[in-house]
Amino acid sequence: MNAPLLEVEDLCVDRGGLRVLDRVTFALHPGETLGVVGPSGSGKSTLARAVLRLLEPSAGRVRFRGRDLLALGEADLRPMRREMQIVLQDPATSLDPRMTVLSILAEPITVHRLARSEDVERRATELLRRVELGPEILHRHPHQLSGGQAQRVALARALAPSPALLIADEAFSAVDVSLQAQMANLLYGLRGSSSLACLFISHDLRFAAVLCERIAVLSRGAIVEIGEAATLVRSPRHEATRALVAAARASEVQGR
Amino acid sequence: MAWDFDTHLRTGKQATVLRVRDLTVRIQTAEALVLPVDRVSFDLEHGEALGLIGESGSGKTTVALSLLRLLPPGASVSGRVELAGEDLLASDPARVRRVRGRRIAMVFHDPLAALNPVLTIGTQIAEAVRAHQPLDRRQARAATLELLRSVGLADADAARYPHQLSGGMRQRALIAMALGCQPEILVADEPTSALDPVVQAGILALLRRVREERGLSLLLATHDLGVAAGLCGRIAVLYAGRIVECGETAAVLARPRHPYTLGLLQSLPPPLGSAGGLPLRPIAGQPRGARIAAPPLIMSPTRSDGCRFLGRCPRAREDCAKEEPELAEMDGGQVACFHPVEAP
Repeated sequence: MNAPLLEVEDLCVDRGGLRVLDRVTFALHPGETLGVVGPSGSGKSTLARAVLRLLEPSAGRVRFRGRDLLALGEADLRPMRREMQIVLQDPATSLDPRMTVLSILAEPITVHRLARSEDVERRATELLRRVELGPEILHRHPHQLSGGQAQRVALARALAPSPALLIADEAFSAVDVSLQAQMANLLYGLRGSSSLACLFISHDLRFAAVLCERIAVLSRGAIVEIGEAATLVRSPRHEATRALVAAARASEVQGR
Repeated sequence: MAWDFDTHLRTGKQATVLRVRDLTVRIQTAEALVLPVDRVSFDLEHGEALGLIGESGSGKTTVALSLLRLLPPGASVSGRVELAGEDLLASDPARVRRVRGRRIAMVFHDPLAALNPVLTIGTQIAEAVRAHQPLDRRQARAATLELLRSVGLADADAARYPHQLSGGMRQRALIAMALGCQPEILVADEPTSALDPVVQAGILALLRRVREERGLSLLLATHDLGVAAGLCGRIAVLYAGRIVECGETAAVLARPRHPYTLGLLQSLPPPLGSAGGLPLRPIAGQPRGARIAAPPLIMSPTRSDGCRFLGRCPRAREDCAKEEPELAEMDGGQVACFHPVEAP
């Protein structure tokens, strides 16, 4: 097996005297999708932020391509950040309302000097096509987009610097059923067409079960179970996993 | 028990408690006349749970609010909402105030917004209880504790403020408040969509239990077919302000006849542990008018626009553009479609 892209080891985060992330350890390989599933407050988003070093962990290691991110200074961190991108739950708050779609997509391209200025619009159009949107929205502002379109733009922006790691933090729990399925298909398509590794964070085991090879279950800040998705869903061992499986089964529609 | 929930209207036989006919809501915006709800009709039978299914902008919340005349003054409502033969839309506001809460209570989807942040849970429940019943403070206190226990909260929670409770506990508190007036009808608008699946399962079990214990009639607005399937005997599927399919839940989900209902079902992730799965077969496009950062609104379709699902429908043919299909009887249910999905 090839070397892991991301290795998280004994990662701990403390907030206000509380340990919100407790010795979290896992590895993610290029092209792999790992699900991080758990109830509200279990530490999922904290994990995402700590991995990206958007908050400072109190102990542990995060290695990306073998380099310890926590030991790097801001200047050394910046080129690594290009390779690690995140899509958040709510596009209404993650997209700048004053910017057009074109400038939203152009920003990461120019910041990381990924294209000449005359090529930026072409690159932006190409990114939109990858998320199945047309160039007609390039000059729109976020408030002129539907919720589904806005979330795709957020995904396109994350893909702009051709990252090696994509973190999807509840990336489609705020959209409608039909749009959730469209987003799931998009992520599925991206996974098949590149070596993009994905950390898929969700409270909904149903999507994680179909999108991810492996799933880690977070409960009270700690990984209580991690394993192959099909096995974990079929024979959950930890109580928290069993509760997630029961909840997912309860929301299934019979006769489908 | 300090007080009796079953003193009124318990005839035992199936009777319509709420009859809604041609409910239409018009909102004049700067750009256009918008009809978030357009000629919606349904009956809610005594003791039944009816699910109103719809995505953003389908009008399910507007239906729920208009039943209680809670829409903002800019909205004009027409049609009939009959509670025991009395048209609530024609009644004077004072009369509607006595009905609201006392006979029809509502649970909203965001309990943090629905609860008063500066009052304890106990005070708020007691307030709801005393608003409609002649109880003194001591009796109201006893009733409050009784309600807290019945929704799975502890006596000690009465002294806590909303911010001290978790999302699931707040929703339980809100349900306790709604039950405090001993309503006949409970209207719940996405009561679980802000909660994670494990907490959601608990709230659904609670709603099922209180409905059965108290013989409540429940109108549940949700985008989640799974939630409706677990709770409702009948469902009505709303699309862009119109009911497009209605029938017994088991029958509709096993044999959806409207292409939109079928699309909603096909958008759901496959059952846990089943082989294959992705890609799913979601409905193309977006629900009309579902917009970011603004309340979802539907651009007013008129009858001559044809079927409002036209742009997203894989079964659309020429005649679908000419006129709008009306709800018609089909295998025991109702479907508004010229080219319904064939029964298997």
